[in-house]
Amino acid sequence: MSARTNLAGASAFVVLAAAALAAPAWFVSLATIAFANALVVLGLIVLWRAGLVPFGQALYYCVGAYTVALLARWVGITDAFVMLAVSGLIAGLVAYVVGFLLARYREIFFAMLSLALSMILYGVLVKTETLGSTDGFGVATPTFAGYAPHREALGLALYWLVLAVGALCAFAVSTYFRTTAGALAIPIRDNEIRIEFLGLSVNDLIHLKLVIAGVVGGLGGALAAMSIGHVDPNMSYWTTSGGFVFVTILAGASSVAAAFVGSLVFEIVRTVAVDLLPGFWQMILGSVLLLTILFLPEGLGSVFARLRGAPDRGAP
Amino acid sequence: MTAILSVRKLEKTFGSVVAARDISLDIPAQQTVGIIGANGAGKTTFINMITGYLRPSLGTIWFEDRDITGRSSRQITRLGISRSFQVAQIFSSLTVMENICAAAAIARGPRGALAHAWRPLLSADTVGEARAAAELFQIGAYRDIRAATLPQGVRKLLDIAMAVVGWPRLLLLDEPTSGISIEEKFSLMDVVMTALKSRNITVLFVEHDMEIVSRFADRVLAFYDGTVIADGAPAQALADTRVRTFISGTRTVPEAVAGAG
Ligand SMILES: Nc1ncnc2c1ncn2[C@@H]1O[C@H](COP(=O)(O)OP(=O)(O)OP(=O)(O)O)[C@@H](O)[C@H]1O
Ligand SMILES: [Mg+2]
Repeated sequence: MSARTNLAGASAFVVLAAAALAAPAWFVSLATIAFANALVVLGLIVLWRAGLVPFGQALYYCVGAYTVALLARWVGITDAFVMLAVSGLIAGLVAYVVGFLLARYREIFFAMLSLALSMILYGVLVKTETLGSTDGFGVATPTFAGYAPHREALGLALYWLVLAVGALCAFAVSTYFRTTAGALAIPIRDNEIRIEFLGLSVNDLIHLKLVIAGVVGGLGGALAAMSIGHVDPNMSYWTTSGGFVFVTILAGASSVAAAFVGSLVFEIVRTVAVDLLPGFWQMILGSVLLLTILFLPEGLGSVFARLRGAPDRGAP
Repeated sequence: MTAILSVRKLEKTFGSVVAARDISLDIPAQQTVGIIGANGAGKTTFINMITGYLRPSLGTIWFEDRDITGRSSRQITRLGISRSFQVAQIFSSLTVMENICAAAAIARGPRGALAHAWRPLLSADTVGEARAAAELFQIGAYRDIRAATLPQGVRKLLDIAMAVVGWPRLLLLDEPTSGISIEEKFSLMDVVMTALKSRNITVLFVEHDMEIVSRFADRVLAFYDGTVIADGAPAQALADTRVRTFISGTRTVPEAVAGAG
């Protein structure tokens, strides 16, 4: 079962990597952003399964993005691999530190506290003139272990980087779901008392989930910053977090692949909607969300699960 | 026989309510103790203090030569005390087998959450122990049924099976037969007590049905208003005048007895 899932994932990876050579540049860049954002959604799924909905996940996205931008600006590092490693680490550290607070809260309190933390970062960035305040600032063109592509070649290189990081994270998270700590997500949602009386700390389990979600969120932000070439405080704004929650509802928490499909569908719908009906695109997105909730309450991912024949609840 | 559990001068107050007062007793290893008492007598409070869910206001609790007073439920579980609940605490979205596997993976695994991120949930050890527990409590037939839809008796057995996979040495059962019909109670208790005896577990169980108590307990603790008013062999404890008046109801208030006579 899991070998088959891995094989399906590997095939999808190869197809997606090859498809970039045939696809138009605008689509490649759309997919790059979509898959970078999908990493944040992947982290949301980790928490979602345990019944936790963070309304401030953009915090890690923004931390990852600013880390990339500042590494180039202050330290002069432009190597994409180094920037990624450092952003993941710093976002993970931030998640670890705020986790001591967040892991003690549940439900709406958890959601609101997470939102508050992301808005604090937003406020700090807006007030920081040296970082461009609300305008943010540009991100230096990344290099890849000495390779320094431009224009279309840069677009392709970034796309492949996003794809590779996405595949690695998806594999890591799906492996995590099969470990005890990962598989206990549904038990956490069902009955925390029982877990405590079996001898394990639910807060610690959640703390670990927060760090995982933070690291992948930071990587997503780092990749987005490299692709967009610009960072600004909006990356930590509540509407950005809301967008990630939106995509998670669209994707569902049933599988890691859903994060990537959901995120791609979201970007496509948004682009098409903005093109066709510039004044009404939010309404179109709203309708898509409404239809998803009505007809696919478990999200797009549940369609694959149904095709595979068994509901994959990520449970033990 | 040495005591596995010793409590001294235990007291618990909630504001002006005294839920436990001056409780001192020793439980020898492998004894089966029935706890009786009317609603609100303090039975659950007593269990909650021993399992670390509530911190006693006063007094000490010793388990196997260790002072466990005020320790967290997690620490106490790891030391070898387990419990079931008045209302079964199970993972309702999971099947019976998944419930026991999750319980076994936690209870038999390391203490730290991080260490559990490197262990597969369904290890050979977990699955083996889960199967053994399902057999022991005779719920194997329900293995693939979602816990939310289980009949009450099976829920109770599952709750106890999940408490036992960590091989506790002391088990506290809070009303294992509550919500079960009279006809089913005896067979349920038969299954539970046979299972626990086979693992040499010392048992404290709360029970309202005096027939069950006299059949399964070696010793009875009668709780009244937060304290133990009788402690002894079932025949002796259940014959106690205060127990008959306040708990079992076999002796009504004197006037009523006179009136009936
Ligand atoms: N958390 C609490 N806060 C305040 N009062 C409490 C609390 N827990 C128990 N009590 C009170 O302590 C007393 C003993 O309650 P306890 O639950 O131990 O009784 P019990 O013997 O288990 O009763 P039952 O047979 O109904 O389960 C009751 O008066 C109850 O109202
Ligand atoms: Mg009670």
